[in-house]
Amino acid sequence: MRFLFKTDYDDDIRLFPHSGYVISYGTLFALLVIAPFVLSSYLVSQLVFVCIYATVGVALLILTGFTGQASLGHAAFLAIGAYTTAYLQQFNVPFPIYFLAAGLLTGVIGAIVGFPALRLQGIYLVIATISFAFIVEEILARWESVTHGNEGMRIKTIQLFGTQVSRDSPAFYFLCLAVLVLTIVGALNLLRSPTGRAFVAIRDSETAARSLGINVALYKVKSFAISAAITGFAGCLFAHKLSFISPEMFTLQLSIEFIIVILIGGTFSLHGAVLGAIFVVMIDPFLTYLKDDMPGAIGHFAALLGAGATRATQIQDSVAAFASANGLKGAIYGIIIILFVLFEPLGLYGRWLKIKLFFQLFPLYKRATFKHQKIYVKSERLR
Amino acid sequence: MLDFVQQLVSGIALGCVYGLIALGFVLVYKATEVVNFAQGDLMMLGGFFAFTFIGILGLNYWIGFAGAVAAMAAFGMLAERVVVRPILGYPQFSIIMATIGLGYFLRSVSGMIWGTDDFKIETPFSQGVVRIGALVLAYDKLSVIAATIILCTLLYLFFNKTTLGTAMRASSENMLAAYYMGIPVKRVVSIVWAISAAVATCAGVLLAPITFIHSNVGLVLGLKAFPAAVLGGFGSIPGAVVGGVLIGVIESMAGFYLPEGWKDVAPYIVLLLVLLIKPEGLFGLPMRKKV
Repeated sequence: MRFLFKTDYDDDIRLFPHSGYVISYGTLFALLVIAPFVLSSYLVSQLVFVCIYATVGVALLILTGFTGQASLGHAAFLAIGAYTTAYLQQFNVPFPIYFLAAGLLTGVIGAIVGFPALRLQGIYLVIATISFAFIVEEILARWESVTHGNEGMRIKTIQLFGTQVSRDSPAFYFLCLAVLVLTIVGALNLLRSPTGRAFVAIRDSETAARSLGINVALYKVKSFAISAAITGFAGCLFAHKLSFISPEMFTLQLSIEFIIVILIGGTFSLHGAVLGAIFVVMIDPFLTYLKDDMPGAIGHFAALLGAGATRATQIQDSVAAFASANGLKGAIYGIIIILFVLFEPLGLYGRWLKIKLFFQLFPLYKRATFKHQKIYVKSERLR
Repeated sequence: MLDFVQQLVSGIALGCVYGLIALGFVLVYKATEVVNFAQGDLMMLGGFFAFTFIGILGLNYWIGFAGAVAAMAAFGMLAERVVVRPILGYPQFSIIMATIGLGYFLRSVSGMIWGTDDFKIETPFSQGVVRIGALVLAYDKLSVIAATIILCTLLYLFFNKTTLGTAMRASSENMLAAYYMGIPVKRVVSIVWAISAAVATCAGVLLAPITFIHSNVGLVLGLKAFPAAVLGGFGSIPGAVVGGVLIGVIESMAGFYLPEGWKDVAPYIVLLLVLLIKPEGLFGLPMRKKV
């Protein structure tokens, strides 16, 4: 076990507290850089989605995880970023400019949404963000002169430094990776700056934050704007990856998926956004894989256990029928969410920390270290 | 003028539907400060139970109705026991996510069991209309309005006059203090989930002739009933119905007088405006953080 002796404040806010961090993140970065040359094009494409979802996850973590303002409307911010991209492309605006514009415009709209959200708390804030998302969805479907309504819009390939960056090329993957890494580094720097400390203070206790002289309203709006802007950047990349956008892509379902990203990853650390994004993006191919290969494997297993050939085929067929049942995916999704909320509220990253601590303290690890205290509901109603 | 009155009445009928679902939201919130995002899906499941009893098993309408309500009350208790009780008292966000997960699960499973078709239940109210002057009212809509008024009154009296209702309000205000006062908080929570599932079933069965039953009906209507509950102020039983009626009237008026597209958005715009002016909804109680 390593003991860090902190001798001044810089030790406390260093991005890499010791050399182990440099080595492990350096290795990870090297692996990510060689990934597109080793992996199949399908997996690389999934990795691009992981990058985009993780970027949105970081945005959502800043707002929900660190400022404590729940939002079920982030699909709308993504949509605004994507549509800004599509609209500006029509006028042959170069990529760097419309990329920045997508983020800026979404950030401004995020700030505008932040103002009414100032007085709302808890469930009222959730419903306000859902309402905002519905309104944006409807505007996208109806404002046909700009958004082409339900016909949707095509996105042209990126022109960068005179070359085409096609959406399946390694170059596009590197672009998304760069945006993700910059977002994470930016968010890390933000969170160790006074602004980030103010966010966390607001999350932990608004009253305490206010009495310490933090302008709660200002910082909440800032948090909304930053979160929306990052989502806008992600929206630009998302639009390029899909190469076609239409209003029905940006529904409440997508907002819920983003919340699932941070819920499954863990809401207390930026690692959670990446882990959660990997989980949410990879669950689809994983389920398809199960659907294709599980029946055969189970039939084979039954034959091994001594079932006759016809019996094994029967088992295989019934498993196949079950696996291809309509809506199985939704049921699995639901169960996963419930299980995570019930048994691993700290998410995948929390689980990783527990495993790490187990080995660091071995054999002294106590299960009760992470045990939740019993909490009792106490209302803030006056009557 | 006649158009206006007709729109108003059909808006009120639609609004009662939302109000009926919103009642379920409010009940659970009032007793546990938990928001149940799966309320619409409980309604859908109740509708499917009633369809199984009445449409497939061929029971009498009222017996099937009562059977569905009883079965769903038991299911509500089960859902509370499995999903909500272990995390009662956690941040609201966790419970919202857990109930969203429950909703996903119920939607897919009922889609797998009953298929994705639209189902219809034959009810005594399916046919027939009442005419008042030139005004036409269908029985099925009237039945919803009547049921909403009856249920709302009953629940209001239940919460404000009975011992159990007082116990529920007490346990939501301060769970630990309620324990000290000898209130069996766990059982109280269980009962309130049973009641709210039963109310949801009533909504589902009464809606069956109007909207039909399919596995997504809960999601669609739940998302409309949710603003209704918020508009009325979460935690107020009459507020839920008033909010529901307001949303229904706004929707049908917007559908009639405004260009296409406004119908679906108008309730949300009004909701945002109301929340801007009164952040706790129309009938909500003021919230203050005690230090």
